[in-house]
Amino acid sequence: MSSIPAASHSAPAEPTTTGLNHRKILMWAFLASECMFFTTLISTYMIYRHRSLIGPFPEDIIDIPVTSVSTFVLLMSSLAMVLALSALQRGDIKRTKIWILATVGFGTTFLLFQVFEFNQFYHEGLSPRTNIFGSTFFTLTGTHGAHVTIGVIWLLSLFFAAVKGKLKKENALNLEIAGLYWHFVDIVWIVIFTLVYLIAGNDSGVVPPAGG
Amino acid sequence: MAAITQTLRPATESNTIWGWITTIDHKRIGVLYGMTSIFYFLVGGIEALLLRMQLASPNSTLIGADTYNQLFTMHGTTMIFLVVMPASVAFFNLIIPLQIGARDVAFPRLNAFSYWVFLFGGILMYSSFFVDGLPDVGWFGYSNLTAYTFSGNHRVDFWVAGLLVLGVSSVAGALNFIVTIVNLRAPGMRLMRMPLFTWTTLVTSTLMVLAFPVITVALVFLLFDRQFGTNFFIPAVAGGDGGDPILWQHLFWIFGHPEVYILILPAMGIVSEVIPVFSRKPLFGYPFMVYAVISIAFMGFGVWSHHMFTVGLGPIADSFFAISTLLIAVPTGIKIFNWLGTLWGGSIRFTTPMMMALGFITMFIIGGLSGVLHAVVPADTQQSDTYFIVAHFHYVLFGGSMFALFSGIYYWYPKFTNRLLGEGLGKLHFWLMIIGFNLTFFPMHFLGLQGMPRRIYTYGSNMGWDFWNMVSSIGSVIIAVSTLVFLVNLFRSFKSGKVAGNDPWDGATLEWTMSSPPPHYNFETIPTVYSRDPFWEEKEKADAAGTPIKAPVSHGHPHMPSPSFFPLIAALGLSLAAAGTIFSNVLLAFGILVVLIGVYGWSFEPATKPGAEHSGH
Repeated sequence: MSSIPAASHSAPAEPTTTGLNHRKILMWAFLASECMFFTTLISTYMIYRHRSLIGPFPEDIIDIPVTSVSTFVLLMSSLAMVLALSALQRGDIKRTKIWILATVGFGTTFLLFQVFEFNQFYHEGLSPRTNIFGSTFFTLTGTHGAHVTIGVIWLLSLFFAAVKGKLKKENALNLEIAGLYWHFVDIVWIVIFTLVYLIAGNDSGVVPPAGG
Repeated sequence: MAAITQTLRPATESNTIWGWITTIDHKRIGVLYGMTSIFYFLVGGIEALLLRMQLASPNSTLIGADTYNQLFTMHGTTMIFLVVMPASVAFFNLIIPLQIGARDVAFPRLNAFSYWVFLFGGILMYSSFFVDGLPDVGWFGYSNLTAYTFSGNHRVDFWVAGLLVLGVSSVAGALNFIVTIVNLRAPGMRLMRMPLFTWTTLVTSTLMVLAFPVITVALVFLLFDRQFGTNFFIPAVAGGDGGDPILWQHLFWIFGHPEVYILILPAMGIVSEVIPVFSRKPLFGYPFMVYAVISIAFMGFGVWSHHMFTVGLGPIADSFFAISTLLIAVPTGIKIFNWLGTLWGGSIRFTTPMMMALGFITMFIIGGLSGVLHAVVPADTQQSDTYFIVAHFHYVLFGGSMFALFSGIYYWYPKFTNRLLGEGLGKLHFWLMIIGFNLTFFPMHFLGLQGMPRRIYTYGSNMGWDFWNMVSSIGSVIIAVSTLVFLVNLFRSFKSGKVAGNDPWDGATLEWTMSSPPPHYNFETIPTVYSRDPFWEEKEKADAAGTPIKAPVSHGHPHMPSPSFFPLIAALGLSLAAAGTIFSNVLLAFGILVVLIGVYGWSFEPATKPGAEHSGH
């Protein structure tokens, strides 16, 4: 009986002060909070470098080639994410679905690499309890992995929305916001890859004090 | 037109319990926040009274050491996380949408979520009482007292889980207010026309968003240390591997010092609203006030180690933090001089809100001055962990924040109840509180300089501390009486207070243009703002033309989102998951599942349901 269609839960029609959508600003502000979150985790890792008394140390255990591959996979997921959004903004739902699925696939592959790596490390004698390296390493990379997992679940939800025809050109913002999150998580990984993996070659236990 | 009105909601909301549980109206959520924080104010106050009774005389065995530790821990944690912060958030909720000319916050359901998470977080923390007793490691939870070796029962676990949950609430609420203030201002309300309370809300929210992740990570480290045997804060000598208890102090105070400004900036905002109205003068030096708030927030992230001068960080670190701490007094001083500049030459009305605001300024100056003393490393080394510190921070947090929050209650109560709080009882409340407050906390300066340490549950009669401790305890009873006067005033005025009307104080800002209490949708037509004190300007123009101002008359009901119970479900799930970290992984998994159900229901629920006119029951 109502001639007004039920309001969609997406973008409000009324104008905003900045002209930007509320949810987009929310996501940017949330990412600022996440920056502090990961900065704390990464700083803790860096502060505790060279503090382990017992091994295994990073130089014994970290496999740069394998993680380079998983890093490449994660970066490719960002490319797929960009292509998915671009397709949706053009109204190409078919390619949108393909690229979202590709993003999910790359993300999941990255997570499988992480499971493999954690398992490997565990068998080589490194657990969160072993030493301070283990504690900081697993907490940092595990938290990042949890973020990727949330991103995968989010993107899967959007994929099913696209399958049902609910993800359209008009609400491409839904995908754009998920994309902001996804790219952020990727960028964090670049920092982690640099600071945890690439410099691990000479990353041993306690370093004797200078001049001593 | 008929079709349109059918999809619109009634002007009043359902007053049933279900109506309150599913509410997403910022005014109702504000009331819920306010009532909860007043409740916890009584709890934290009773805890403080018991502490003072124990300390009233030397060698007292009234409550004993263990209870004393639990009470001082929960007194601090309660007053900070369950009283001053939520009371500030109550004012954000009640006032911000009205002051910026918005119908609600940007995310009404996220707002409800923040409240329920806060409520459950508080309950979770206090439920420790029924398991192992209350947390007993201080509100700062210094490592490695919190390690499993030294705190083997569940008290610390409840403290960790409760704080994690409360952090989610604070960040969710803060994100909401950032978006609301950035994106929902009425046309013409440029940033430099925003009322100062709106400014402090924006800056405080930014601080919350940036400071809480740090404590969240630190709490997660502590949780892992306790539950999974990691080594974050466990040094080698205690069976760990290179972990460092000092890291906890750094992380805690990187959060903890911005937190101090999270507690005081909203109070400063309230005072900056009250003083101009009761001086009948626009705020003096508005741009200076705004930039002072921003620079306080910015510098607030660079002073944390002044809490750690006695740790032994070395002369370079100590000097840096000494200088930054001295510097942060400059913008604070700017604010005080601008309040004085506003008062200067104004026609001052000594109403209760104004007296509370003046109480804030005087008490905050005392607390601020003793704070600057702590920037001087040698002096701080002498005062650290003595009652001098306790005196200092009660002058800024009670003498500062609480006086301003009371000022806000007296000032804005009529807007939401259409009743003025009784002036007679209000002034009695003020005088009893300021006398009791100074009697309680001023002697602590002397006690501290005489060397009385903090956190001790008793002391010998040969220390020379007997007299001032007795005075302090008597003062605390007077504060308790003043609180009773306030409660009587609150309830009596609600029923039989003087009818306030829309604009009892001759207010300057938009909230006074609307009816008391404001309708569910706030503004029928969103106003356009042309100046910093829009309502004063409008009234002045009207006086010149000789036509009185009319309150806006309601005839349609703007489109408002429907109530929702999904925020409550998500909040419940989050708290269950947090409780799961203490007891069982099954509960943790179940809690996460409930969060997922809540979030999915929330995401797929239309903001305004079809046929929403029935949703009011």
